[in-house]
Amino acid sequence: MIKIKPGKCDFCGCCVAVCPVDCIELKEADISIDYNICIDCKLCLYICPIEVFEDVETAEV
Amino acid sequence: MWRQRKFDLIVVGGGPAGTTAARYAAKAGINVLLLEKDRDIGVPVRCGEAASDEGLRIFVEPDPRWIKSVITKLRLISPNGRTIDVDLKQKGYILDRRIFDYDLAQYAAVEGAQIVCKAYVDGLLFDGDKVSGVKGEYLGEPFEVKSKLVIGADGVESRVGRWAGLNTVVKMKDMESAIQKTISGIEVNEHRFDFYMSREWAPGGYLWIFPKGPNAANIGLAVSGKYSRFRSAQRYLDDFLQKTFPDGSVVSTTVGGVPCDKTLKKFITHGLMLAGDSAHMVNPMTGGGIVPGMRGGMLAGETAAEAIKEGDTSEKYLNRYAKKWHKVGGRNHERFYSIKETVSKLTDEELNSICDAVEKIPPEERTIGKVFRKAIFKKPSLLVDVMKVFAGV
Ligand SMILES: Cc1cc2nc3c(=O)[nH]c(=O)nc-3n(C[C@H](O)[C@H](O)[C@H](O)COP(=O)(O)OP(=O)(O)OC[C@H]3O[C@@H](n4cnc5c(N)ncnc54)[C@H](O)[C@@H]3O)c2cc1C
Ligand code: SF4
Ligand code: SF4
Repeated sequence: MIKIKPGKCDFCGCCVAVCPVDCIELKEADISIDYNICIDCKLCLYICPIEVFEDVETAEV
Repeated sequence: MWRQRKFDLIVVGGGPAGTTAARYAAKAGINVLLLEKDRDIGVPVRCGEAASDEGLRIFVEPDPRWIKSVITKLRLISPNGRTIDVDLKQKGYILDRRIFDYDLAQYAAVEGAQIVCKAYVDGLLFDGDKVSGVKGEYLGEPFEVKSKLVIGADGVESRVGRWAGLNTVVKMKDMESAIQKTISGIEVNEHRFDFYMSREWAPGGYLWIFPKGPNAANIGLAVSGKYSRFRSAQRYLDDFLQKTFPDGSVVSTTVGGVPCDKTLKKFITHGLMLAGDSAHMVNPMTGGGIVPGMRGGMLAGETAAEAIKEGDTSEKYLNRYAKKWHKVGGRNHERFYSIKETVSKLTDEELNSICDAVEKIPPEERTIGKVFRKAIFKKPSLLVDVMKVFAGV
């Protein structure tokens, strides 16, 4: 499952653009994933220029 | 108060596409509201800030306040370090986009558009199947505002289009994962764009050095989503900076995604048009999206005004915007996309041999036109195409 490392995101929108189910929300300085919608495809993890996401076991989220 | 009013047009996003759309729509006499989620127009800058004089002049008179460097030369650096210098026929600029974007917003405001920052849009309003306004959050308070038309100029995220059922998702191979650092305290040629093309430095993309005066530069790179999963853009850039400018000071870092795709097949629906990055209007070869975004914005803004005056905001009527884009702005788009596809498949050896061949042409004869006529080597047309496209960033 995808986890957001706190304090790292630059709010650039790159991950939002590739997310197939539109479950990432970026406000001015706030990022969140709606886990009810996320399909765990990991594209956000693969595209983020600065490694904000990590892939963890479900229990850790 | 804007929250109590009804508008002819709401523009979502205050980048070059949004502010230009608002400007041309307001100029044509309709009332316009522009909503931007960030605190300031123009900040943060997510851009190498390169634009051609010719491209900008379609919309604005270049202003010395926002020009950091005037560019007259272009250098391509091959994987094995060979350099090819070419004089640009049309000069280019490195802008200060904080001032530039702010001025674009000013032009819109002067024409009568109302601009609101810190206004986050999180959904659309509908009247049947027709978009009829937006909803969101302003300073922590929810709002809903009605309009006859909406233009989504929300950049790479392009969620406004998704909410209306358009497919705006960028395919991984066409998404460039980008990072740039502004490095100060270094020596650079202040009149030259440098492009490094190599799988080693930036697979499926390229690395750029865009000077901001003689002692600072925007140094960045973009890696295709096809490769970024194996190694992040940040790691590629840190490697390059470590090797090339180990003593420079990093005065700014920015990251972003550049949708290097063909323009969306469908970027219009009842009551809604998309413009700029949100419609994938970036030049897919260079990643340059300032001028294309402004062009899309202008065409969308003008079409909005015509639609309001005619009282017809149907998809069918708005489709004239798509036609105009494909005729004027999108003319070369498909060609650029296919050049990108070809270049991204070249191996470093192939790039080296192309550069070796061009290097044999005497520098004084190396204008783009002459390279085109004189070069007889492996893939001459391809290289010339690449240069031509870069020359008009
Ligand atoms: C690292 C990098 C380098 C680049 N270098 C160059 C270059 O040298 N030359 C060039 O021409 N192009 C360059 N580009 C591309 C260029 O920056 C973009 O194409 C251009 O900014 C697109 O303009 P736009 O108006 O479509 O979108 P943007 O400039 O991205 O503006 C979109 C705006 O919408 C706002 N927004 C988004 N969602 C919402 C919402 N829900 N509610 C309210 N507001 C919202 C955003 O905050 C943003 O201000 C580069 C891009 C990157 C990432
Ligand atoms: S894992 Fe896939 S679905 Fe989940 S947030 Fe990332 S991109 Fe979206
Ligand atoms: S791609 Fe990375 S930096 Fe950009 S918004 Fe997503 S998590 Fe943040």
